[in-house]
Amino acid sequence: MAGSVQIASPSGSKLKLLSSIKIEVNGQPAKQGGCSSSSAGGKASCGSAAGAGDLDPEIWEKVKNHPCYSEEAHHHYARMHVAVAPACNIQCNYCNRKYDCSNESRPGVVSERLTPEQAAMKVVAVASEIPQMTVLGIAGPGDPLANPDKTFKTFELIARQAPDIKLCLSTNGLALPDYVKQIKDFNVDHVTITINMVDPAVGERIYPWVYFKHKRYRGRDAAKLLTDRQMEGLEALTANKILCKVNSVMIPGINDDHLLEVNRAVKSRGAFLHNIMPLISEPEHGTYFGLNGQRGPSAQELKALQDKCEGEMNMMRHCRQCRADAVGLLGEDRSGEFTTEKIEQMAVIYDFESRRNYQKAVEEERQAKVAAKRAEMDTLAGELSDIKLLIAVATKGSGKINEHFGHAHEFQVYEVSTEGAKFIGHRRVDLYCQGGFGEEAALETVIRAINDCHAVFVAKIGACPKDELTAAGIEPVDRYAHEFIEKSAIAYFRDYLAKVKSGEIVHADRGDAAIRQGAFVAA
Amino acid sequence: MAYRIEESQCTGCSACEPECPNNAIYATGGLYAINPKKCTECIGYFDEPQCVSACPIDDTCVIDQSYTRYVAAQLGS
Repeated sequence: MAGSVQIASPSGSKLKLLSSIKIEVNGQPAKQGGCSSSSAGGKASCGSAAGAGDLDPEIWEKVKNHPCYSEEAHHHYARMHVAVAPACNIQCNYCNRKYDCSNESRPGVVSERLTPEQAAMKVVAVASEIPQMTVLGIAGPGDPLANPDKTFKTFELIARQAPDIKLCLSTNGLALPDYVKQIKDFNVDHVTITINMVDPAVGERIYPWVYFKHKRYRGRDAAKLLTDRQMEGLEALTANKILCKVNSVMIPGINDDHLLEVNRAVKSRGAFLHNIMPLISEPEHGTYFGLNGQRGPSAQELKALQDKCEGEMNMMRHCRQCRADAVGLLGEDRSGEFTTEKIEQMAVIYDFESRRNYQKAVEEERQAKVAAKRAEMDTLAGELSDIKLLIAVATKGSGKINEHFGHAHEFQVYEVSTEGAKFIGHRRVDLYCQGGFGEEAALETVIRAINDCHAVFVAKIGACPKDELTAAGIEPVDRYAHEFIEKSAIAYFRDYLAKVKSGEIVHADRGDAAIRQGAFVAA
Repeated sequence: MAYRIEESQCTGCSACEPECPNNAIYATGGLYAINPKKCTECIGYFDEPQCVSACPIDDTCVIDQSYTRYVAAQLGS
Protein backbone atom coordinates (compact mmCIF):
# COMPACT_ATOMS: atom_id res chain seq x y z
CA MET A 1 0.00 0.00 0.00
CA ALA A 2 1.40 3.31 -0.99
CA GLY A 3 1.72 6.17 1.44
CA SER A 4 0.40 8.60 -1.09
CA VAL A 5 -3.29 7.99 -1.35
CA GLN A 6 -5.18 11.09 -2.30
CA ILE A 7 -8.90 11.31 -2.17
CA ALA A 8 -10.88 14.07 -3.73
CA SER A 9 -13.03 15.87 -1.21
CA PRO A 10 -16.53 16.98 -2.15
CA SER A 11 -15.17 20.49 -2.65
CA GLY A 12 -12.75 19.17 -5.23
CA SER A 13 -9.61 19.90 -3.28
CA LYS A 14 -7.16 17.04 -2.91
CA LEU A 15 -6.74 15.82 0.60
CA LYS A 16 -3.15 15.55 1.48
CA LEU A 17 -3.45 14.08 4.88
CA LEU A 18 -3.17 10.50 3.72
CA SER A 19 -0.10 11.33 1.71
CA SER A 20 1.82 12.10 4.86
CA ILE A 21 0.92 8.94 6.67
CA LYS A 22 3.89 7.03 7.94
CA ILE A 23 3.04 3.39 7.58
CA GLU A 24 5.70 1.40 9.35
CA VAL A 25 3.94 -1.91 9.07
CA ASN A 26 3.03 -1.54 5.46
CA GLY A 27 0.32 -3.86 4.35
CA GLN A 28 0.55 -5.99 7.46
CA PRO A 29 -2.83 -7.07 8.69
CA ALA A 30 -3.62 -6.30 12.29
CA LYS A 31 -2.41 -9.02 14.60
CA GLN A 32 -5.29 -11.30 15.39
CA GLY A 33 -5.18 -13.61 18.36
CA GLY A 34 -7.17 -16.81 18.21
CA CYS A 35 -10.00 -17.36 20.60
CA SER A 36 -10.54 -20.51 22.50
CA SER A 37 -14.15 -21.53 22.14
CA SER A 38 -13.81 -23.91 25.05
CA SER A 39 -13.50 -21.04 27.46
CA ALA A 40 -15.94 -18.73 25.73
CA GLY A 41 -18.81 -20.16 27.74
CA GLY A 42 -16.89 -20.27 30.96
CA LYS A 43 -17.22 -17.63 33.59
CA ALA A 44 -14.41 -15.58 34.93
CA SER A 45 -14.33 -14.81 38.60
CA CYS A 46 -15.23 -11.16 38.49
CA GLY A 47 -17.34 -10.44 35.46
CA SER A 48 -16.24 -8.18 32.71
CA ALA A 49 -13.88 -6.61 35.19
CA ALA A 50 -11.84 -9.76 34.77
CA GLY A 51 -8.15 -9.11 34.39
CA ALA A 52 -5.27 -11.06 32.92
CA GLY A 53 -5.30 -13.60 35.68
CA ASP A 54 -8.94 -14.56 35.36
CA LEU A 55 -9.27 -15.13 31.62
CA ASP A 56 -7.98 -17.55 29.07
CA PRO A 57 -4.77 -15.88 27.82
CA GLU A 58 -6.01 -15.87 24.23
CA ILE A 59 -9.24 -14.14 25.21
CA TRP A 60 -7.36 -11.68 27.43
CA GLU A 61 -5.14 -10.82 24.47
CA LYS A 62 -8.27 -10.05 22.47
CA VAL A 63 -10.08 -7.97 25.06
CA LYS A 64 -7.32 -6.29 27.05
CA ASN A 65 -7.25 -3.15 24.90
CA HIS A 66 -10.95 -3.20 24.03
CA PRO A 67 -12.91 -0.74 26.14
CA CYS A 68 -16.26 -2.33 25.29
CA TYR A 69 -15.21 -5.87 26.15
CA SER A 70 -13.12 -5.26 29.24
CA GLU A 71 -14.16 -3.05 32.14
CA GLU A 72 -10.52 -2.86 33.11
CA ALA A 73 -9.55 -1.66 29.63
CA HIS A 74 -12.17 1.05 29.50
CA HIS A 75 -10.28 3.20 31.97
CA HIS A 76 -7.33 3.38 29.58
CA TYR A 77 -8.44 2.76 26.03
CA ALA A 78 -10.78 4.59 23.72
CA ARG A 79 -13.03 3.53 20.89
CA MET A 80 -14.63 5.24 17.97
CA HIS A 81 -17.65 4.52 15.86
CA VAL A 82 -17.99 5.59 12.25
CA ALA A 83 -21.51 6.21 11.00
CA VAL A 84 -21.36 4.57 7.59
CA ALA A 85 -24.43 2.35 7.95
CA PRO A 86 -27.65 4.36 7.87
CA ALA A 87 -30.10 1.67 6.68
CA CYS A 88 -31.80 -0.73 9.05
CA ASN A 89 -33.77 -3.89 8.40
CA ILE A 90 -35.92 -4.03 11.51
CA GLN A 91 -38.03 -1.64 13.56
CA CYS A 92 -37.60 -1.53 17.33
CA ASN A 93 -40.09 0.14 19.63
CA TYR A 94 -37.28 1.99 21.41
CA CYS A 95 -35.91 3.55 18.23
CA ASN A 96 -37.15 6.41 16.09
CA ARG A 97 -35.13 6.94 12.96
CA LYS A 98 -36.54 10.39 12.35
CA TYR A 99 -34.97 11.76 15.51
CA ASP A 100 -31.45 13.09 15.21
CA CYS A 101 -29.99 15.46 17.72
CA SER A 102 -26.38 16.39 18.20
CA ASN A 103 -26.86 16.79 21.93
CA GLU A 104 -28.11 13.29 22.43
CA SER A 105 -25.82 10.53 23.50
CA ARG A 106 -27.45 7.21 22.72
CA PRO A 107 -27.36 4.55 20.03
CA GLY A 108 -28.82 5.26 16.62
CA VAL A 109 -28.05 8.97 16.80
CA VAL A 110 -25.38 10.67 14.69
CA SER A 111 -24.69 14.17 13.46
CA GLU A 112 -22.89 13.27 10.25
CA ARG A 113 -23.01 10.25 7.98
CA LEU A 114 -19.80 9.22 6.30
CA THR A 115 -18.77 7.41 3.16
CA PRO A 116 -16.31 4.54 3.70
CA GLU A 117 -13.50 6.78 2.41
CA GLN A 118 -14.40 9.62 4.79
CA ALA A 119 -14.68 7.10 7.61
CA ALA A 120 -11.22 5.67 6.97
CA MET A 121 -9.76 9.15 6.92
CA LYS A 122 -11.47 9.98 10.18
CA VAL A 123 -10.15 6.83 11.84
CA VAL A 124 -6.58 7.63 10.84
CA ALA A 125 -6.97 11.23 12.03
CA VAL A 126 -8.43 10.19 15.38
CA ALA A 127 -5.88 7.43 15.94
CA SER A 128 -3.11 9.97 15.40
CA GLU A 129 -4.56 12.45 17.88
CA ILE A 130 -5.67 9.91 20.46
CA PRO A 131 -3.05 7.18 20.94
CA GLN A 132 -5.33 5.29 23.30
CA MET A 133 -7.85 4.76 20.49
CA THR A 134 -7.51 1.05 19.79
CA VAL A 135 -10.92 0.01 18.56
CA LEU A 136 -13.04 0.95 15.59
CA GLY A 137 -16.65 -0.11 15.56
CA ILE A 138 -19.44 0.19 13.08
CA ALA A 139 -22.70 0.39 14.93
CA GLY A 140 -25.08 2.26 12.71
CA PRO A 141 -26.91 4.53 12.94
CA GLY A 142 -28.85 1.69 11.26
CA ASP A 143 -27.58 -1.88 11.12
CA PRO A 144 -24.08 -2.48 9.70
CA LEU A 145 -25.17 -5.72 8.03
CA ALA A 146 -28.11 -4.00 6.34
CA ASN A 147 -25.38 -1.90 4.66
CA PRO A 148 -22.87 -4.65 3.91
CA ASP A 149 -21.06 -2.94 1.04
CA LYS A 150 -20.38 0.25 3.01
CA THR A 151 -19.49 -1.64 6.17
CA PHE A 152 -16.98 -4.03 4.66
CA LYS A 153 -15.48 -1.38 2.39
CA THR A 154 -14.80 0.70 5.49
CA PHE A 155 -13.14 -2.24 7.25
CA GLU A 156 -11.03 -2.93 4.19
CA LEU A 157 -9.75 0.65 4.01
CA ILE A 158 -9.00 0.84 7.71
CA ALA A 159 -7.20 -2.51 7.83
CA ARG A 160 -4.94 -1.20 5.10
CA GLN A 161 -4.23 2.23 6.60
CA ALA A 162 -4.27 1.53 10.32
CA PRO A 163 -3.59 -2.18 10.72
CA ASP A 164 -3.12 -2.04 14.50
CA ILE A 165 -6.71 -1.03 15.11
CA LYS A 166 -9.17 -3.70 16.16
CA LEU A 167 -12.36 -3.91 14.14
CA CYS A 168 -15.76 -4.65 15.55
CA LEU A 169 -19.40 -4.31 14.61
CA SER A 170 -22.74 -4.30 16.33
CA THR A 171 -25.81 -5.81 14.71
CA ASN A 172 -29.40 -6.80 15.37
CA GLY A 173 -28.51 -10.20 13.96
CA LEU A 174 -31.19 -10.51 11.28
CA ALA A 175 -28.68 -10.60 8.43
CA LEU A 176 -25.84 -12.06 10.50
CA PRO A 177 -25.87 -15.70 9.29
CA ASP A 178 -25.26 -14.48 5.73
CA TYR A 179 -22.13 -12.51 6.67
CA VAL A 180 -20.22 -14.63 9.15
CA LYS A 181 -17.74 -15.68 6.49
CA GLN A 182 -17.09 -12.09 5.47
CA ILE A 183 -16.74 -11.02 9.09
CA LYS A 184 -14.07 -13.67 9.53
CA ASP A 185 -12.36 -12.85 6.23
CA PHE A 186 -12.13 -9.17 7.18
CA ASN A 187 -10.59 -10.04 10.56
CA VAL A 188 -13.42 -8.47 12.52
CA ASP A 189 -12.44 -9.42 16.04
CA HIS A 190 -15.56 -8.71 18.01
CA VAL A 191 -19.24 -8.78 17.15
CA THR A 192 -22.05 -7.50 19.33
CA ILE A 193 -25.59 -8.74 18.79
CA THR A 194 -28.54 -6.98 20.36
CA ILE A 195 -30.78 -9.75 21.67
CA ASN A 196 -33.77 -8.62 23.68
CA MET A 197 -35.73 -11.88 23.69
CA VAL A 198 -35.67 -15.53 22.75
CA ASP A 199 -39.47 -15.91 22.87
CA PRO A 200 -41.55 -14.50 19.97
CA ALA A 201 -44.40 -13.73 22.38
CA VAL A 202 -42.05 -11.29 24.12
CA GLY A 203 -40.48 -10.18 20.85
CA GLU A 204 -43.71 -9.05 19.27
CA ARG A 205 -44.00 -6.42 21.99
CA ILE A 206 -40.55 -5.05 21.10
CA TYR A 207 -40.37 -5.38 17.30
CA PRO A 208 -43.35 -4.29 15.14
CA TRP A 209 -41.72 -5.59 11.95
CA VAL A 210 -38.62 -6.95 10.27
CA TYR A 211 -37.72 -6.76 6.57
CA PHE A 212 -36.20 -9.97 5.28
CA LYS A 213 -35.64 -11.28 1.77
CA HIS A 214 -37.98 -8.80 0.09
CA LYS A 215 -40.79 -9.21 2.58
CA ARG A 216 -41.96 -7.33 5.63
CA TYR A 217 -42.88 -9.67 8.51
CA ARG A 218 -44.99 -8.46 11.40
CA GLY A 219 -45.95 -9.52 14.90
CA ARG A 220 -44.97 -12.93 16.19
CA ASP A 221 -43.71 -14.10 12.78
CA ALA A 222 -41.28 -11.21 12.72
CA ALA A 223 -40.02 -11.95 16.22
CA LYS A 224 -39.70 -15.67 15.48
CA LEU A 225 -37.68 -14.99 12.36
CA LEU A 226 -35.45 -12.54 14.21
CA THR A 227 -34.71 -14.81 17.15
CA ASP A 228 -34.01 -17.80 14.87
CA ARG A 229 -31.56 -15.74 12.82
CA GLN A 230 -29.91 -14.29 15.94
CA MET A 231 -29.29 -17.70 17.45
CA GLU A 232 -28.03 -19.09 14.15
CA GLY A 233 -25.69 -16.13 13.75
CA LEU A 234 -24.38 -16.36 17.32
CA GLU A 235 -23.66 -20.07 16.92
CA ALA A 236 -21.86 -19.48 13.64
CA LEU A 237 -19.73 -16.72 15.18
CA THR A 238 -18.61 -18.80 18.12
CA ALA A 239 -17.97 -21.77 15.82
CA ASN A 240 -15.65 -19.45 13.89
CA LYS A 241 -13.99 -18.29 17.12
CA ILE A 242 -15.15 -14.70 16.80
CA LEU A 243 -15.61 -13.10 20.20
CA CYS A 244 -19.25 -12.27 20.75
CA LYS A 245 -20.96 -9.88 23.15
CA VAL A 246 -24.72 -9.75 23.57
CA ASN A 247 -26.49 -6.47 24.31
CA SER A 248 -29.97 -6.53 25.80
CA VAL A 249 -32.25 -3.59 26.50
CA MET A 250 -34.05 -4.01 29.83
CA ILE A 251 -37.69 -3.03 29.37
CA PRO A 252 -39.58 -3.30 32.68
CA GLY A 253 -42.80 -5.30 32.35
CA ILE A 254 -41.85 -6.63 28.92
CA ASN A 255 -38.56 -8.49 29.05
CA ASP A 256 -37.04 -7.84 32.48
CA ASP A 257 -37.63 -11.33 33.89
CA HIS A 258 -37.23 -12.87 30.46
CA LEU A 259 -33.65 -11.59 30.17
CA LEU A 260 -32.55 -14.34 32.56
CA GLU A 261 -33.70 -16.80 29.91
CA VAL A 262 -31.94 -14.76 27.21
CA ASN A 263 -28.81 -14.87 29.36
CA ARG A 264 -28.92 -18.68 29.52
CA ALA A 265 -29.64 -18.98 25.79
CA VAL A 266 -26.71 -16.81 24.72
CA LYS A 267 -24.33 -18.28 27.26
CA SER A 268 -25.06 -21.80 26.03
CA ARG A 269 -24.27 -20.65 22.50
CA GLY A 270 -20.87 -19.34 23.48
CA ALA A 271 -21.38 -15.58 23.94
CA PHE A 272 -18.46 -14.16 25.93
CA LEU A 273 -20.11 -11.21 27.60
CA HIS A 274 -23.66 -10.02 28.34
CA ASN A 275 -24.46 -6.32 28.54
CA ILE A 276 -27.87 -5.47 29.97
CA MET A 277 -28.67 -1.81 29.37
CA PRO A 278 -31.54 0.31 30.67
CA LEU A 279 -34.27 1.35 28.24
CA ILE A 280 -34.02 4.99 27.18
CA SER A 281 -37.57 6.23 26.57
CA GLU A 282 -38.02 9.95 26.85
CA PRO A 283 -41.27 11.01 25.12
CA GLU A 284 -39.46 13.72 23.15
CA HIS A 285 -37.45 11.09 21.29
CA GLY A 286 -40.71 10.07 19.63
CA THR A 287 -40.19 6.33 20.02
CA TYR A 288 -43.17 4.00 20.40
CA PHE A 289 -42.15 3.23 23.98
CA GLY A 290 -41.47 6.88 24.75
CA LEU A 291 -44.85 8.00 23.43
CA ASN A 292 -46.69 5.22 25.22
CA GLY A 293 -45.29 5.82 28.67
CA GLN A 294 -43.07 2.74 28.85
CA ARG A 295 -40.62 3.46 31.67
CA GLY A 296 -36.98 2.43 31.97
CA PRO A 297 -35.58 0.60 35.01
CA SER A 298 -34.17 2.27 38.13
CA ALA A 299 -30.49 1.89 38.97
CA GLN A 300 -31.18 -0.80 41.58
CA GLU A 301 -33.58 -2.73 39.30
CA LEU A 302 -30.88 -2.82 36.65
CA LYS A 303 -28.20 -3.85 39.14
CA ALA A 304 -30.41 -6.61 40.60
CA LEU A 305 -30.91 -8.15 37.15
CA GLN A 306 -27.21 -7.85 36.30
CA ASP A 307 -26.31 -9.45 39.64
CA LYS A 308 -28.68 -12.36 38.95
CA CYS A 309 -27.18 -12.97 35.52
CA GLU A 310 -23.63 -12.65 36.82
CA GLY A 311 -23.90 -16.08 38.40
CA GLU A 312 -24.20 -17.37 34.85
CA MET A 313 -21.66 -15.44 32.81
CA ASN A 314 -19.54 -12.30 32.43
CA MET A 315 -21.62 -9.16 32.70
CA MET A 316 -20.72 -5.82 31.24
CA ARG A 317 -21.69 -2.90 33.44
CA HIS A 318 -19.67 -0.09 31.97
CA CYS A 319 -21.63 0.43 28.74
CA ARG A 320 -22.42 4.10 28.09
CA GLN A 321 -24.99 3.43 25.33
CA CYS A 322 -23.02 5.70 23.08
CA ARG A 323 -23.80 7.29 19.78
CA ALA A 324 -23.10 5.62 16.45
CA ASP A 325 -20.41 8.27 15.85
CA ALA A 326 -18.86 8.48 19.33
CA VAL A 327 -15.13 9.13 19.72
CA GLY A 328 -12.99 8.79 22.83
CA LEU A 329 -12.95 7.00 26.15
CA LEU A 330 -16.31 5.53 27.11
CA GLY A 331 -18.17 8.27 28.91
CA GLU A 332 -16.58 11.03 26.90
CA ASP A 333 -17.41 12.02 23.36
CA ARG A 334 -14.91 13.93 21.27
CA SER A 335 -16.72 13.46 17.97
CA GLY A 336 -17.15 17.23 17.70
CA GLU A 337 -13.38 17.58 17.25
CA PHE A 338 -13.38 15.25 14.27
CA THR A 339 -16.00 16.40 11.83
CA THR A 340 -15.20 15.79 8.17
CA GLU A 341 -14.60 19.49 7.77
CA LYS A 342 -12.07 19.63 10.60
CA ILE A 343 -10.33 16.43 9.52
CA GLU A 344 -9.72 17.91 6.12
CA GLN A 345 -7.70 20.68 7.79
CA MET A 346 -5.58 18.34 9.88
CA ALA A 347 -2.06 17.27 9.08
CA VAL A 348 -2.17 13.65 10.04
CA ILE A 349 0.85 11.55 10.84
CA TYR A 350 0.02 8.00 11.73
CA ASP A 351 2.74 7.21 14.19
CA PHE A 352 2.86 3.58 15.24
CA GLU A 353 5.78 4.32 17.55
CA SER A 354 3.93 6.77 19.78
CA ARG A 355 0.87 4.54 19.81
CA ARG A 356 3.01 1.64 20.98
CA ASN A 357 4.71 3.77 23.62
CA TYR A 358 1.38 4.93 24.98
CA GLN A 359 0.18 1.38 25.22
CA LYS A 360 3.35 0.35 27.00
CA ALA A 361 2.85 3.12 29.57
CA VAL A 362 -0.71 1.91 30.11
CA GLU A 363 0.52 -1.62 30.77
CA GLU A 364 2.83 -0.30 33.48
CA GLU A 365 0.08 1.74 35.07
CA ARG A 366 -2.24 -1.26 35.00
CA GLN A 367 0.30 -3.35 36.84
CA ALA A 368 0.79 -0.62 39.44
CA LYS A 369 -2.96 -0.46 39.91
CA VAL A 370 -3.29 -4.19 40.42
CA ALA A 371 -0.37 -4.22 42.88
CA ALA A 372 -1.90 -1.34 44.87
CA LYS A 373 -5.25 -3.11 45.03
CA ARG A 374 -3.63 -6.35 46.16
CA ALA A 375 -1.60 -4.68 48.89
CA GLU A 376 -4.70 -2.93 50.19
CA MET A 377 -6.73 -6.16 50.09
CA ASP A 378 -4.17 -7.78 52.40
CA THR A 379 -5.17 -5.28 55.09
CA LEU A 380 -8.75 -6.56 54.87
CA ALA A 381 -7.72 -10.16 55.42
CA GLY A 382 -9.59 -11.74 58.27
CA GLU A 383 -12.37 -9.14 58.29
CA LEU A 384 -15.80 -10.74 58.49
CA SER A 385 -18.80 -8.62 57.63
CA ASP A 386 -21.91 -8.75 55.43
CA ILE A 387 -21.77 -5.03 54.82
CA LYS A 388 -21.70 -3.91 51.19
CA LEU A 389 -21.28 -0.29 50.26
CA LEU A 390 -21.64 1.53 46.97
CA ILE A 391 -19.17 4.32 46.31
CA ALA A 392 -19.51 6.85 43.51
CA VAL A 393 -16.23 8.02 41.98
CA ALA A 394 -15.39 11.12 39.94
CA THR A 395 -12.73 10.04 37.45
CA LYS A 396 -11.26 11.08 34.13
CA GLY A 397 -9.79 7.63 33.52
CA SER A 398 -6.64 5.64 34.25
CA GLY A 399 -8.41 4.05 37.20
CA LYS A 400 -7.75 7.04 39.44
CA ILE A 401 -9.82 9.48 41.47
CA ASN A 402 -8.81 12.46 39.38
CA GLU A 403 -11.92 14.52 38.66
CA HIS A 404 -13.40 17.51 40.46
CA PHE A 405 -16.92 16.86 41.74
CA GLY A 406 -18.29 19.79 39.78
CA HIS A 407 -16.65 18.74 36.53
CA ALA A 408 -17.93 15.17 36.47
CA HIS A 409 -20.25 14.18 33.63
CA GLU A 410 -20.67 10.82 35.27
CA PHE A 411 -19.77 8.91 38.38
CA GLN A 412 -18.41 5.40 38.31
CA VAL A 413 -19.95 3.21 40.96
CA TYR A 414 -18.00 0.56 42.89
CA GLU A 415 -19.41 -2.00 45.26
CA VAL A 416 -17.06 -2.71 48.11
CA SER A 417 -17.25 -5.56 50.60
CA THR A 418 -14.85 -7.95 52.31
CA GLU A 419 -14.54 -9.53 48.85
CA GLY A 420 -12.89 -6.35 47.57
CA ALA A 421 -13.96 -3.52 45.27
CA LYS A 422 -15.94 -4.22 42.12
CA PHE A 423 -17.07 -1.85 39.40
CA ILE A 424 -20.85 -2.18 39.09
CA GLY A 425 -21.86 0.69 36.83
CA HIS A 426 -21.82 4.37 36.14
CA ARG A 427 -24.30 7.20 36.55
CA ARG A 428 -24.49 10.00 34.06
CA VAL A 429 -25.24 13.41 35.54
CA ASP A 430 -25.71 16.97 34.46
CA LEU A 431 -22.61 18.98 35.00
CA TYR A 432 -22.92 20.51 38.46
CA CYS A 433 -20.33 23.18 37.98
CA GLN A 434 -20.94 25.46 35.01
CA GLY A 435 -18.33 28.16 34.67
CA GLY A 436 -17.36 27.97 38.30
CA PHE A 437 -20.84 28.32 39.75
CA GLY A 438 -22.53 25.32 41.23
CA GLU A 439 -26.19 25.08 40.32
CA GLU A 440 -28.74 23.93 42.82
CA ALA A 441 -31.04 22.04 40.44
CA ALA A 442 -28.08 20.19 38.95
CA LEU A 443 -26.90 19.17 42.40
CA GLU A 444 -30.28 17.59 43.09
CA THR A 445 -30.03 15.47 39.95
CA VAL A 446 -26.51 14.39 40.97
CA ILE A 447 -27.82 13.33 44.37
CA ARG A 448 -30.68 11.42 42.77
CA ALA A 449 -28.26 9.64 40.44
CA ILE A 450 -25.97 8.44 43.23
CA ASN A 451 -28.56 8.22 45.98
CA ASP A 452 -27.79 4.52 46.56
CA CYS A 453 -24.14 5.31 47.37
CA HIS A 454 -22.68 5.78 50.85
CA ALA A 455 -19.83 7.97 49.67
CA VAL A 456 -18.57 9.90 46.70
CA PHE A 457 -14.81 10.00 45.98
CA VAL A 458 -13.58 13.16 44.32
CA ALA A 459 -10.30 14.90 43.57
CA LYS A 460 -11.77 18.15 44.91
CA ILE A 461 -15.14 19.51 46.00
CA GLY A 462 -16.54 22.88 47.03
CA ALA A 463 -17.92 23.59 50.50
CA CYS A 464 -21.53 24.02 49.42
CA PRO A 465 -22.04 20.71 47.57
CA LYS A 466 -20.10 19.05 50.38
CA ASP A 467 -22.73 20.15 52.90
CA GLU A 468 -25.63 19.20 50.63
CA LEU A 469 -24.22 15.74 49.98
CA THR A 470 -23.60 15.20 53.67
CA ALA A 471 -27.17 16.27 54.42
CA ALA A 472 -28.39 13.73 51.86
CA GLY A 473 -26.40 11.00 53.62
CA ILE A 474 -23.66 10.68 51.01
CA GLU A 475 -20.21 11.28 52.44
CA PRO A 476 -18.02 13.42 50.18
CA VAL A 477 -14.45 12.08 50.33
CA ASP A 478 -11.48 13.99 48.92
CA ARG A 479 -8.70 12.44 50.97
CA TYR A 480 -7.91 9.88 48.25
CA ALA A 481 -7.45 12.48 45.51
CA HIS A 482 -5.35 11.19 42.59
CA GLU A 483 -5.01 7.72 44.07
CA PHE A 484 -6.18 4.46 42.51
CA ILE A 485 -9.91 3.89 42.83
CA GLU A 486 -10.04 0.29 44.00
CA LYS A 487 -7.22 0.66 46.52
CA SER A 488 -8.96 3.73 47.96
CA ALA A 489 -12.35 2.03 48.06
CA ILE A 490 -10.90 -0.85 50.05
CA ALA A 491 -9.14 1.55 52.43
CA TYR A 492 -12.38 3.50 52.94
CA PHE A 493 -14.25 0.28 53.57
CA ARG A 494 -11.72 -0.84 56.19
CA ASP A 495 -12.11 2.48 58.03
CA TYR A 496 -15.89 2.24 57.70
CA LEU A 497 -15.94 -1.23 59.26
CA ALA A 498 -13.75 0.02 62.10
CA LYS A 499 -16.15 2.89 62.77
CA VAL A 500 -19.13 0.52 62.75
CA LYS A 501 -17.32 -1.75 65.20
CA SER A 502 -16.44 1.09 67.53
CA GLY A 503 -20.04 2.30 67.41
CA GLU A 504 -19.05 5.64 65.89
CA ILE A 505 -21.49 5.06 63.03
CA VAL A 506 -24.44 2.77 62.46
CA HIS A 507 -24.56 1.06 59.10
CA ALA A 508 -27.79 1.52 57.17
CA ASP A 509 -28.76 0.59 53.62
CA ARG A 510 -29.25 3.38 51.12
CA GLY A 511 -32.24 3.64 48.79
CA ASP A 512 -32.53 3.42 45.02
CA ALA A 513 -31.15 5.83 42.42
CA ALA A 514 -32.46 7.21 39.15
CA ILE A 515 -30.99 6.45 35.73
CA ARG A 516 -30.71 9.74 33.94
CA GLN A 517 -32.73 9.93 30.74
CA GLY A 518 -32.80 13.36 29.15
CA ALA A 519 -30.60 14.93 26.52
CA PHE A 520 -26.91 14.77 27.25
CA VAL A 521 -25.23 18.09 26.69
CA ALA A 522 -21.48 17.76 26.49
CA ALA A 523 -19.62 20.74 27.85
CA MET B 1 -47.73 4.45 -12.35
CA ALA B 2 -45.29 5.01 -9.65
CA TYR B 3 -44.42 5.41 -6.04
CA ARG B 4 -42.83 8.60 -4.86
CA ILE B 5 -40.89 9.46 -1.71
CA GLU B 6 -42.38 12.10 0.52
CA GLU B 7 -39.45 14.42 0.99
CA SER B 8 -40.42 15.69 4.43
CA GLN B 9 -40.55 12.11 5.71
CA CYS B 10 -37.37 10.71 4.14
CA THR B 11 -34.40 10.36 6.52
CA GLY B 12 -31.97 9.52 3.73
CA CYS B 13 -31.16 6.16 5.32
CA SER B 14 -30.79 4.45 1.92
CA ALA B 15 -32.64 1.28 2.98
CA CYS B 16 -34.90 1.45 -0.09
CA GLU B 17 -32.27 2.12 -2.70
CA PRO B 18 -30.68 -1.32 -3.16
CA GLU B 19 -34.05 -3.07 -2.84
CA CYS B 20 -35.67 -1.54 -5.93
CA PRO B 21 -35.80 -4.14 -8.72
CA ASN B 22 -35.91 -1.38 -11.34
CA ASN B 23 -33.04 0.78 -10.05
CA ALA B 24 -35.59 3.56 -9.98
CA ILE B 25 -34.39 5.02 -6.67
CA TYR B 26 -31.61 7.58 -6.60
CA ALA B 27 -29.93 9.84 -4.05
CA THR B 28 -30.56 13.54 -4.27
CA GLY B 29 -29.43 16.16 -1.77
CA GLY B 30 -28.89 13.62 0.99
CA LEU B 31 -32.35 12.12 0.53
CA TYR B 32 -33.79 9.63 -1.95
CA ALA B 33 -36.26 9.93 -4.80
CA ILE B 34 -37.98 7.61 -7.27
CA ASN B 35 -37.80 7.99 -11.04
CA PRO B 36 -41.48 7.48 -12.00
CA LYS B 37 -40.54 6.36 -15.47
CA LYS B 38 -38.71 3.35 -14.07
CA CYS B 39 -41.06 2.43 -11.18
CA THR B 40 -43.33 -0.57 -11.77
CA GLU B 41 -44.69 -0.63 -8.20
CA CYS B 42 -42.75 -3.92 -8.03
CA ILE B 43 -45.54 -5.64 -9.94
CA GLY B 44 -44.12 -8.72 -11.55
CA TYR B 45 -41.20 -8.79 -9.12
CA PHE B 46 -42.52 -8.94 -5.58
CA ASP B 47 -45.80 -9.20 -3.69
CA GLU B 48 -45.20 -5.90 -1.97
CA PRO B 49 -43.54 -2.68 -3.14
CA GLN B 50 -40.01 -2.97 -1.79
CA CYS B 51 -39.48 0.69 -1.00
CA VAL B 52 -42.59 0.67 1.19
CA SER B 53 -41.52 -2.53 2.97
CA ALA B 54 -37.95 -1.45 3.58
CA CYS B 55 -38.66 2.15 4.67
CA PRO B 56 -38.41 2.74 8.44
CA ILE B 57 -40.90 5.63 8.39
CA ASP B 58 -44.59 5.02 7.69
CA ASP B 59 -46.22 6.94 4.83
CA THR B 60 -42.95 7.91 3.21
CA CYS B 61 -43.07 5.83 0.02
CA VAL B 62 -46.55 6.56 -1.31
CA ILE B 63 -48.42 6.23 -4.61
CA ASP B 64 -47.98 9.28 -6.78
CA GLN B 65 -51.52 10.17 -7.74
CA SER B 66 -50.39 12.21 -10.70
CA TYR B 67 -49.46 9.03 -12.55
CA THR B 68 -51.77 6.29 -13.74
CA ARG B 69 -51.38 3.12 -11.69
CA TYR B 70 -48.93 0.75 -13.34
CA VAL B 71 -51.40 -2.13 -13.74
CA ALA B 72 -54.00 0.08 -15.36
CA ALA B 73 -51.41 1.43 -17.75
CA GLN B 74 -50.31 -2.08 -18.68
CA LEU B 75 -53.87 -3.21 -19.34
CA GLY B 76 -54.55 -0.13 -21.42
CA SER B 77 -51.53 -0.55 -23.65
